[in-house]
Amino acid sequence: MKKLFEYIGRYFILMGKVFSKPEKRTIYWQRILVEMQALGLSSIGIVAIISVFMGAVITIQMALNFESPFIPQYLIGYAARESMLLEFSSTIVALILAGKVGSNIASEIGTMRITEQIDALEIMGVNSASYLILPKIISTVIFFPFLTTLSMGIGIAGGYVLCILTGAVNPDAYITGIRYDFKPFYITYSLIKSSVFAFVITSISGFFGYYANGNSLEVGRASTQAVVISSIAILIFNLILTQLLLM
Amino acid sequence: MIRADHIIKSFDGRIVLNDITAEFTPGITNLIIGQSGSGKTVLLKSLVGLHKIDSGNIFYNDICFNTLPFAQMKAIRKEVGMLFQGGALLDSSNVEENVRLPLDLFTNMPMDEKRDRVNFCLKRVNLGNVNHLYPAELSGGMIKRVAIARAIVLNPKYLFCDEPNSGLDPMTSVLIDNLIQEITQEYNITTIINTHDMNSVMEIGEHIIFIYKGEKWWEGTKHDILHTDNQELNDFVFASAMAKRAKAAEQQ
Repeated sequence: MKKLFEYIGRYFILMGKVFSKPEKRTIYWQRILVEMQALGLSSIGIVAIISVFMGAVITIQMALNFESPFIPQYLIGYAARESMLLEFSSTIVALILAGKVGSNIASEIGTMRITEQIDALEIMGVNSASYLILPKIISTVIFFPFLTTLSMGIGIAGGYVLCILTGAVNPDAYITGIRYDFKPFYITYSLIKSSVFAFVITSISGFFGYYANGNSLEVGRASTQAVVISSIAILIFNLILTQLLLM
Repeated sequence: MIRADHIIKSFDGRIVLNDITAEFTPGITNLIIGQSGSGKTVLLKSLVGLHKIDSGNIFYNDICFNTLPFAQMKAIRKEVGMLFQGGALLDSSNVEENVRLPLDLFTNMPMDEKRDRVNFCLKRVNLGNVNHLYPAELSGGMIKRVAIARAIVLNPKYLFCDEPNSGLDPMTSVLIDNLIQEITQEYNITTIINTHDMNSVMEIGEHIIFIYKGEKWWEGTKHDILHTDNQELNDFVFASAMAKRAKAAEQQ
């Protein structure tokens, strides 16, 4: 328990350093663009692949469960859309990105720590925590909602493609379903969640990488811890945000 | 000038530096020597503020560095250049970006001027046409030279070098040693070098401090080192065949 509070305390101290005044804003803007490319753009592929399969699988499962003459077929499209918008595109994609982006950040910063690159920045008079972690946080908080939006579109389209290919659901009924009783706030809710998850993943992974010490084994351990703790934090924040925004 | 005044540093209750007092003057190469694990790197990192000392004081030109608030400490650090054992170049940046980084962060120079300064520093360390190479594409000696170029790009007043010759062949080691000595004299920098390489000691040891089990055991020059009757220092120095030969030649 003592160790947990120690971790939390160190995390907030690090965040204090991360959000202190940057040395030079122009340099930070350049780094934000670089990080958007490295952490955001490079994740589009995996998000697209996961989303299309997720959308298709949800549609099959809904079709199986709603197989009744008393349930209109358009409800399958409706349920697939709601599942994608409310949970899959934000939470599941965030969990996948915690693995990809989180381990990337923790291992990159951890390696910089053990090869004294962070010490070199400190000696130059650079706030290394802010220089390394802040651009990553800003870029993911901006870019993850875009990935979530993309995931929603591709996931719903994946369901539609499945309808056409397998005939499990009438495509027209599916289209009717995805347009039925649409609540725009669900998209806002999902985008808020993805921004919060982006912050959680990047800051926690940055924390574990920044305080890695020793050798490559420790960097590997920091990377694993970053993914595990980020994933748990995502689930906790998912519950809190759902309670706050939907209830 | 840098002065360490009775500094003590421990890790988890284990004393690593015990009551070290020393003065490092500008324009000459100050060497800290000692066996592996004697506390050399801890001393160097304490002097530069990467380790917080338990007691004592560190003065940079009569300013007590270790008690300064973080903002003022950062201001002094901008006058410090450091060469790390592995070079510590940023892997994701090429040579030019690595050397230019301090200029990008702390000056308002136009890009052309910054490029000129980077090229001047790279030329000073005898490197040409490497601007677009990444650290992974450089040899050990080239990495050290790029790190020196980065360390001097802001015209530092203080230069710290941690094992500048580790992992280098003898010829490149001599080249790096001479380069550091030339830069020190040329810009009148206070240079402190951590080493256990006796070639370096005999080559550029203008002021030497011998650390033994965390304590300052001996102080002198490369000329004094061959005539000392300090047993521990003799054990350290004459473990090297080169030093034995140097002493024999001097006796003849």
